[in-house]
Amino acid sequence: MIRFDTLLESPADWMRQGTSHGDIVVTSRIRLARNLVDHAFPGWGRKQENEATLRVIQPMVESLPQLENAFSRHLNKLTAIQKQALVERHLISREHAARAAGSAAVMNQAQSISIMINEEDHLRMQSIQPGLALRESYQILNEIDTELEQSLEFAFDKQLGFLTACPTNLGTGLRASAMLHLPALMLSDQVNQVIQAVNKIGLAVRGLYGEGTEALGNLFQISNQTTLGDRELEIIARLQKVIEQIVNHEKNARKKLLSDNTTTLCDQVGRAFALLRHAHVMPSKEALNLTSMLRLGVDLKFFPAEFTVVLESLLMEIQPAHLQIRADRKLPTQERDEMRSQIIRDRLKSLPEPDISNALQSLDEGSTNSTEE
Amino acid sequence: MTCDLCDEKASVFLTQIVDGQMQKVNLCETCAQAKGVTDPTGFALADLLLGVGEEEKEDLELETDDLPVSAPAVAAEFTDLDENTSCQACGFTHAQFKKAGRLGCSKCYQIFGAGLDSLLKAMHKGTHHIGKVPKRHQAVVEQRDELDNLRMQLEDAVTREAFEKAASLRDQILKLEAEMAQLAADQAANPPANVVS
Repeated sequence: MIRFDTLLESPADWMRQGTSHGDIVVTSRIRLARNLVDHAFPGWGRKQENEATLRVIQPMVESLPQLENAFSRHLNKLTAIQKQALVERHLISREHAARAAGSAAVMNQAQSISIMINEEDHLRMQSIQPGLALRESYQILNEIDTELEQSLEFAFDKQLGFLTACPTNLGTGLRASAMLHLPALMLSDQVNQVIQAVNKIGLAVRGLYGEGTEALGNLFQISNQTTLGDRELEIIARLQKVIEQIVNHEKNARKKLLSDNTTTLCDQVGRAFALLRHAHVMPSKEALNLTSMLRLGVDLKFFPAEFTVVLESLLMEIQPAHLQIRADRKLPTQERDEMRSQIIRDRLKSLPEPDISNALQSLDEGSTNSTEE
Repeated sequence: MTCDLCDEKASVFLTQIVDGQMQKVNLCETCAQAKGVTDPTGFALADLLLGVGEEEKEDLELETDDLPVSAPAVAAEFTDLDENTSCQACGFTHAQFKKAGRLGCSKCYQIFGAGLDSLLKAMHKGTHHIGKVPKRHQAVVEQRDELDNLRMQLEDAVTREAFEKAASLRDQILKLEAEMAQLAADQAANPPANVVS
């Protein structure tokens, strides 16, 4: 069993590696909702009943080979700040963070698997992978689900599938989602069109912070809305197709920016570079938006590739709860903004000035390729 | 009409289109103020319904896994049931479902399931689950289908007075029923950890 500090000190696997489309698709996540038969759902169950289901579920989850040497804790044993840090890492939901006795969170050190016990449903299991890897994510989680159903009887109906507290999750109980970084579509004012199109075909688009079209850090989350009436892999395939299209739109928008609006692009990346390297007060939202420009710069080869990993970890480190855990006390906003700027300056000390020549060269190669096709 | 958040008299009525779905909310003066409803630019209905306060958003700054579907709007579709209808297993009432948009336990689906079809059609791709079936249910589901099939054949056979065929079908049904009883007994003898005997 690992400690909270150990968990937080180690970056999640997905922050360390990129895969296909790794530069645009940041992460892929799969979530499955399951409930036990003969027990009230956690939202309706009394404290005693939730504690009873927790006593049954937690040992089964902990004994999974995939969760060997895991972090496993009752939520009343974590402080509000600790829970918030887990939310910042996408390891538990906000709703789960609001719970205490009768609920628990179990996750592996790689932070690729996270099991919430007694969230809205008895079990909310999540698998998170870097890049576009929805099928892989599903496979990992499906194995866990199959293993758990041997020792736990899940509420299942022949017609309605897996029974969940909310009817929106009936059937497969599956939510597949991908986090996309779309700075070029944003800069060229095309992102709203994309969002509208995606909404029209029944998929949900949300910003990193929830509702609203202008997502902070140009990060967008796309997920399926319907869970009943389709096979798991069909849900995933449909989502994947849409994501691939959006990735192509973003790639084209980047090429166009680079060739037609070179100055604007260089200005945006250069400003982000200067501010992040030299500012002494850095609010959270500004940091996210500027970091997005640097990330775009890395993707376009203005900066060395290894800085993707630096930026990914940095984005976690500068979030409010992470800062306060580091400081070991509650920090007012002003102090957080100062501390944030200090960490950013430190991490980006070795970041060289943006170099646009590589980008223009690859643009030439790119255009030659496309004429050949 | 009472407020969706507390039980005061509602005086602010809102309608918003989210993803092509109409959502309605009724609020009292106090809740409307508290949720910033008076400032239309900073207000999203779904946020309110998901219970996300502005402060929380500012602090946590992260997404939720829940969808921008209004739970009370969903539950309000169940109009053909009495408000006092309750689930015998967990005591959850229809009125509570209308308010929360969540059910009390898995058995609630049998009680409040009436009228669920049209709701599911609007909400999902279909009304029948065709995805993963837990191992425990696979055999049972297959046997139940087989049994239904045999019973229908038996009815047909009786109607057309093919009594020899009917007798053979009856024997098959009895045999299958015995098998199903045996399977149920086996599963009962090896209960999963969460089934309290």
